[in-house]
Amino acid sequence: MKTTTDKSRREFLKSMAILGSGLVIPFHIVKGMGRGAAAAGVAAAAGNGPSFFAPNAFLTIMPDNTIQITLAHVEMGQGVWTTLPMLIAEELDCDWKDISVQHCPPDPAYNHTVMPLIITGGSTTTWSEFDRYRKAGATARVMLTEAGAHKMGVPVSSCRTENGYVISGDKRVSYGEVAIDAALLTPPKDVPLRKAGEWKYIGKGVKRLDTPEKVNGMAKFGMDVQYPGMLTAVVAHSPVMGGRPVSFDASKALRIAGVRKVVKIPSGVAVIAEHFWAAKKGRDVLKVTWTDGKGASFGSVDQAKRYREMASTDGDEAAKKGDVVAAMGRATKVVEGEFLFPYLAHAPMEPMNCTVKVTGGSCEIWTGTQMPAVDQANAAEILGISKENVKVNTMFLGGAFGRRATPESDFVSEAVEIAKASKEFIKLVWTREDDMKAGYYRPFFIHKVKVGLGADGMPTAWHHNIAGQAIMDREKKLFPLSGKIDGSSVEGVNDSPYLDSVPDHFVGLHSPKEVVPVLWYRSVGNTHTAYAMEVMIDAVAHAAGKDPIEYRRVLLKNHSRHLAALNLAAEKAGWGKGLAEGHFQGIAVHEAFGSFVAQVVEVSIRNGKPVVHKVTCAIDCGLAVNPDGVVSQMEGGIVWGLTMALYSEILLDKGQVMHNNFYDYKVLRMFETPVIDVHIVPSTEKMGGAGEPCVPPTAPALANAIFAATGKRIFELPIMKHFEV
Amino acid sequence: MINLNVNGKAFQVSAEPDMPLLWVLRDLLHLTGTKFGCGVAQCGACTVHLNGEAVRSCITPVSRAVGKRVVTIEGLSTDHLHPLQQAWLELDVPQCGYCQSGQLMSAAVLLKEKPDPTDADIDAAMSGNICRCGTYPRIKKAIKEAAKLQKENTHA
Ligand code: FES
Ligand code: FES
Repeated sequence: MKTTTDKSRREFLKSMAILGSGLVIPFHIVKGMGRGAAAAGVAAAAGNGPSFFAPNAFLTIMPDNTIQITLAHVEMGQGVWTTLPMLIAEELDCDWKDISVQHCPPDPAYNHTVMPLIITGGSTTTWSEFDRYRKAGATARVMLTEAGAHKMGVPVSSCRTENGYVISGDKRVSYGEVAIDAALLTPPKDVPLRKAGEWKYIGKGVKRLDTPEKVNGMAKFGMDVQYPGMLTAVVAHSPVMGGRPVSFDASKALRIAGVRKVVKIPSGVAVIAEHFWAAKKGRDVLKVTWTDGKGASFGSVDQAKRYREMASTDGDEAAKKGDVVAAMGRATKVVEGEFLFPYLAHAPMEPMNCTVKVTGGSCEIWTGTQMPAVDQANAAEILGISKENVKVNTMFLGGAFGRRATPESDFVSEAVEIAKASKEFIKLVWTREDDMKAGYYRPFFIHKVKVGLGADGMPTAWHHNIAGQAIMDREKKLFPLSGKIDGSSVEGVNDSPYLDSVPDHFVGLHSPKEVVPVLWYRSVGNTHTAYAMEVMIDAVAHAAGKDPIEYRRVLLKNHSRHLAALNLAAEKAGWGKGLAEGHFQGIAVHEAFGSFVAQVVEVSIRNGKPVVHKVTCAIDCGLAVNPDGVVSQMEGGIVWGLTMALYSEILLDKGQVMHNNFYDYKVLRMFETPVIDVHIVPSTEKMGGAGEPCVPPTAPALANAIFAATGKRIFELPIMKHFEV
Repeated sequence: MINLNVNGKAFQVSAEPDMPLLWVLRDLLHLTGTKFGCGVAQCGACTVHLNGEAVRSCITPVSRAVGKRVVTIEGLSTDHLHPLQQAWLELDVPQCGYCQSGQLMSAAVLLKEKPDPTDADIDAAMSGNICRCGTYPRIKKAIKEAAKLQKENTHA
């Protein structure tokens, strides 16, 4: 904790922008927040001493008892709006009802505890903030207790805290009453944290703090930002990946009622209008000439061919032990698999959007983003102004799944370009089609796998080559690639627990470059690596004539957390016992983001197509801070995994994306959602994530169930491609 | 000028008759609870009630709403305590929340027409609403919970 300094001034100017219809958008402006200012923080309103108590950047207590909690991570559905306040409340002893929550401004004080930037991703929030947020609460409680004791004229040692009060005998003062006094104290250097046995919230859970506004239409997403004078921009992008606008004819567009301006920007041509509908109509009649760009010759069929060839040779070494070729020669049986994983679009429910206002030398941005400070820096660069002059207001994210974390801030940069070129206060809105076609997909991958078995049926040689674009890129400013291997292309294979017991193995990686932009997508590399590993293991177990669970148990004997998840899922699913006639099960287990998840999928075949009846899931994520939140992430992740496995693919032809909207990029719907049964392994092991680890096992467990039902091994996704009539 | 009745209030808007009701609600009346997800009647995020019927406002020209009662999520209940909203709170249904206005508006019509919906009724009524966060299992549970609450309320 930083100590209070005079220079440190944290100024919250709370404003309410009230629009014509009575719509209220609260926002705050943080002025002059240097690192110290944000981290320490006696506030001065009009320079007359503190008007509230902010012992650190994460917590402010107002004289009216409001507990304002500032999140260093963004709420995109995963529940941090509730989990992080739980951590503070656990130590602060405040009244849960007094808590109000906001996203942080792009100040380094809110940098991730293990990465040098503000980022929400990698399923890291809860474990990485576990100490920082608890300490924020504990520090405040110690200071409030001291101020309370002083006010009541009692020794500090006689005081305890409860529900927002400092209490001594029959005397009590509320936190609000002593907030200003506490603000004048020096924060203690180190504060003891409570033991697990004393926890009131952690591990028990509370209702989500964002639910009320998400059931009455009041939650504000980026898409909902509206201010007087703001216009809406819709952009025409090149139909061919990588194309750029040369010229345009806006004569028809400008005749549409409500259309104000048409401007060219690097990524396309923007139609700016009084509202979305006019802008969209304007774009529909806009004529643009494009350069074809590098993409014109790009097609998915050719890509698959090229990558298959690549994966037939050894790539850059990602893991190696012994001599795999020699060992393969000695194998009594060889099992092979060539897997294909298409490009995938994230397609969050809220299409990309961003509101930008440029005034003189400063800029204000409203958007849903996983990396606000990156967006701030990119905007500053486009405008040629300093970062400090760019304010970023992070709204609720209508889903993100990785899509709202592009190193080049694609849609934010586009909005800033439009504001710059048009000199208007604009909200950029992408249609679903824009969103679907603009790229930033989970990369396309081919895996070629060859497994040699010994006389006992256990694997003795594992030869595995992967071909796919790297997400990290040496040429990128952010997340540059060091060395040859992008870990996200091989995670889950090169560190697979199965390889531990395979004496000779090789994992190679080819990382071709393409015009199609790629990005992390919920559970990143594990979306394909878990599938390749878990389907292969199933195939190998089958070749060895063993039960797939028994076979895994042998291979995972030194991996207790994998085993715990595997065994719990198998037990709860009643593996192999009392299944309904015509029903079959498949299993998969995978570690990702520090958590271990096993799933059993139950299917039947109806009218020649697979029907998913039930998914049983077990997770060991260490301590589950908010167990119901973990369950809800598992449910959502399984639905996500089923969508991905059954339906998702993005194909391109001549550089054009062949998908438009949810009618040709299908996602799972209510009627095909199975029963989902989630169990948390009681665990005191190291904490892991929740938002992503749930995804990887679903697709392979489903494919393994389909194999059990049909004898058909599915090596290429999506699955439904193999069941078309 | 087009006259509209939204959530029991009269509004006058200047809009082309073919402008979708969704954009009239969002951009002209600033009722942003109704969401844009696809624009082509595929996702249900834009669901509102037109004379008590669930419609996709993204493909409903505003001219169709003239002379009818439009109800949006903001008007689902006066106190935000419609049995569905209560059940949604009770079961912590929303994740990102973006689809939930549409889910609630679809479910409200279902519950009015079928006070005791079966799983099949729920599947039929709710399969036009996409939730990319995958809250379907909780939505299903919450609809059943709301059905119970609704019964208790009418019997009370
Ligand atoms: S926005 Fe209307 S159904 Fe998707
Ligand atoms: S809660 Fe996010 S799309 Fe449904």
